[in-house]
Amino acid sequence: MLILARKTNQSIMIGDDIEIIIIDISGDQVKLGIRAPRKISVHRKEIYQEIQMENIAALSSKFNPETLKDLSNIFKKKQTNKSTDKTKKGNQ
Amino acid sequence: MKMQINTKPFGEIEVDNKQIIDFPEGILGFDFINKFIILDSDKNSPFKWMQAYSEPDLAFIIIRPADFMTGYELQISQCDLDEIDVNNYDELLIFAIVTIPSNPSEMTANLQGPIIINPKKGIGRQVISLSDKYLVKHKILDELRNAFQEKGKK
Repeated sequence: MLILARKTNQSIMIGDDIEIIIIDISGDQVKLGIRAPRKISVHRKEIYQEIQMENIAALSSKFNPETLKDLSNIFKKKQTNKSTDKTKKGNQ
Repeated sequence: MKMQINTKPFGEIEVDNKQIIDFPEGILGFDFINKFIILDSDKNSPFKWMQAYSEPDLAFIIIRPADFMTGYELQISQCDLDEIDVNNYDELLIFAIVTIPSNPSEMTANLQGPIIINPKKGIGRQVISLSDKYLVKHKILDELRNAFQEKGKK
């Protein structure tokens, strides 16, 4: 891994068109500015890991086909409740 | 062309090869799975299955964010749209992957990493939301309750 020391307002270039600027340093936190072409997506690494973990959790969802039916019914029930709620309000 | 595939929810079924959605980069954690098929779970159910084409055991439950919350807004970078070859949000199908824990009523939807699909070209991608109000776990029933309360107010 390449390690570079930088001060506030200094930057590094990755290739020709990606620039990472040190905006501010305070305590153990560094604020970075990233200038990159639109086709490059930039996200915090934790977010990738969180989504990855969630995908794995989703896959090991433990349920049988009946569970999904029950859950779909909750949606239907809610919808019916909603219409009764509206009627009640209308009557008041 | 019709073909037989093995699925987690329904066993062996017949599908049309036009139903296959290409995920050139897979989804996060499963980058080796590049073909999925979207299947309805049940008539009138908001849940669908996103079944891996070549892995019968690999299937996710998905739901459209608009089916359980109001005011959902997809916010993603232009490059994600370019990757699946769409120019605007109207051409997209948007889904969230659902996680169902041992208590099913605690089920959550992942809005931090939604799935976007270009149905015309059959290309899909898991993207990362640029909005920090969308998290990996949104309790679906809570959102549903909020949505109905809001509607009731109007």
